[in-house]
Amino acid sequence: MEEKIVTLSIGGGGRQTSNFIKDIILKYFDNDILNNLGDASHLETSTNTAFTTDSFVIRPEFFNGGNIGKLSICGTVNDLAVSGAEPLYLSFALIVAEGYSYEKLEKIVESAAAEAKKAGVKIVCGDTKVVERGGIDGVIINTCGVGRVIKNLNDFSSLKEGDKVIVTSDIARHGMAVMLERGQFGFAGNIASDCACLNHMMKAVYHYNVKFSRDATRGGLAAVLNEIAEQSGKGFLIDEEKIPLRQEVAELCDTLGFDPLSVANEGAAVIICSSEDCEKVLAALKSVKEGERAAVIGEVTNDNKVVLNTISGGKRHIDLPPGELLPRIC
Amino acid sequence: MNPNIPFRDKETALKVSRSIKNEADASRTYKIMEVCGTHTMAIARSGLRSMLPANVELISGPGCPVCVTSQGEIDLFFELLNCGVSVASFGDLLRIPGSNGETLIDKRARGADVNVVYSPLDTIKLAENNLDKHYTFLGIGFETTAPAVAALIMAAKEKGLKNLSVLSFCKTMPAAFDLILSDKELHLDGFLCPGHVTAITGVQLYEPLVKAGKAAVVAGFEPVEMLDAVYEIIKQANSKDFHIVNKYRRVVPDDGNAQARAILSKVFYESDAVWRGLGELKKSGLSIREEYAEYDALKHFNLKPKNITEIKGCKCGQVLTGKIKPQDCPLFAKRCTPENPVGPCMVSGEGTCAAYYKFLR
Repeated sequence: MEEKIVTLSIGGGGRQTSNFIKDIILKYFDNDILNNLGDASHLETSTNTAFTTDSFVIRPEFFNGGNIGKLSICGTVNDLAVSGAEPLYLSFALIVAEGYSYEKLEKIVESAAAEAKKAGVKIVCGDTKVVERGGIDGVIINTCGVGRVIKNLNDFSSLKEGDKVIVTSDIARHGMAVMLERGQFGFAGNIASDCACLNHMMKAVYHYNVKFSRDATRGGLAAVLNEIAEQSGKGFLIDEEKIPLRQEVAELCDTLGFDPLSVANEGAAVIICSSEDCEKVLAALKSVKEGERAAVIGEVTNDNKVVLNTISGGKRHIDLPPGELLPRIC
Repeated sequence: MNPNIPFRDKETALKVSRSIKNEADASRTYKIMEVCGTHTMAIARSGLRSMLPANVELISGPGCPVCVTSQGEIDLFFELLNCGVSVASFGDLLRIPGSNGETLIDKRARGADVNVVYSPLDTIKLAENNLDKHYTFLGIGFETTAPAVAALIMAAKEKGLKNLSVLSFCKTMPAAFDLILSDKELHLDGFLCPGHVTAITGVQLYEPLVKAGKAAVVAGFEPVEMLDAVYEIIKQANSKDFHIVNKYRRVVPDDGNAQARAILSKVFYESDAVWRGLGELKKSGLSIREEYAEYDALKHFNLKPKNITEIKGCKCGQVLTGKIKPQDCPLFAKRCTPENPVGPCMVSGEGTCAAYYKFLR
């Protein structure tokens, strides 16, 4: 039998749309608010509310450690969580190419639902559109997220000299996993993306003197540290030897001439906290699975530069990475 | 276990760094040139300069293959794409601007078929899988990468592929060394010799250097290895006993790789080549032999690099010969940044200006 594929009628608003919503969307995202299938979902927002959006276009859609569905939940949940909000509700908009595998699409929705359940968030609204063959390739997902603000972790003015910098996981796994999945440059290996929701981990540290946090996605640790330095007018002194990095990831980066500090993560955040609370924050992070490998990697300085003490005893600057990572020549 | 870890060990590095401080005569300066882009990058990335006394100066020579490729040669990449050819390239070339400021990344965004490969031989697969397209590999590099480019040409001929060619702008080091040695303005004490080039050529490549009274030390790319090589150069400069030392024996045999050299001379012949900033150097280029002419993109598409003056104000030429430091160029970090490079020393990840911009500003 030929593989079942996505046709234009799924997004056409007729019977097939209705079947798709019932068979796939409601089956996996099932919850009281969504099941009502209203034109808009009415939410209770009696407190300060955080609102964010993100679009996901990753290729290939499936990679070691996750897929575009899981990623679309983690990305938005993490944006809310690191800003200091408890994620509550998400939207889920699918744009699919005509002819895409129905089975794969179902897997993507299933993973998204599983991740949302794990994170404790509800998918409360959504949309599905199918684009004619050749219009796009594969699947694109947009998610928006609403959360309850617990504290403001995006206040650049709160940083003081001597505050500690923590990275919540080993770095550079997502970028290298996706590169391997693409089969680029003829390398093979078993590196799984770190793609994970960080809201439970963040919840464990909100009540300490945590001042700032941001997830280190595209551009990696290097980009986040530079962004914070630029906006806050502060600087960082980072110890290379304290940055958690897996052996196999380090070696692959070495071989291709990539700086692991510039490689993307999807389950690692930078947290800046007061020096007094640092040990407690670290212990709380380590008590949650996603924060098991958290480490203090440096501190805030008054010198508006991001400086690295290298593993071999030297010193250098960490700069903003270029737009696209390209392997070096020889 | 990563075999490189002992060569990154902080204790050992600090120990060698202290030996350098003890050995260096505080009343004079030492000038050491590294002639390999990977060394330039590794020095910057490990923060090596911060571990050397102020009177030991590391100068970057013409060792980044992207940087020494002339503007006329670079413009041919774009001419090929304009003819509808698909190109395969090392990643470094993608950000390099043509005369009109456009890069291969820009061309790709406008629909040109630009493929990044890790090995030149990856081009074979591209060509075999897409027989309706013609692939040209953009062949730049020194003795290190040139054998792989030669292997691509041999493999293409063996397979009888008709839709593949190579634009060879590969270059060799001896003429560049001669030029540096003849430069009266440069007072060098020694050379940190390129480890991977030596893996092909063998250490005899450096005989002219020691004859001219310079230390020649072949080094690996890890911090401890590079520091150890600097220490050796300073010792030689102090004792005036100049000789070749191979400190990279874990990779480099003294006599290099005879098989790779045989492949090189089978496919290429020595030709005169224009180096950015250095001008034309006799017998410093590798052109494709008549026997493989059908794979020579210059012949296949009837191309010839134009003699194009480099962009005004760009001092890459002086940076490449170690006469000025990147920050002495008026364009550095102003008009010329890694996002919008003016000269190739800023484009290549291994370029001196890019390394300074990234790690040392």
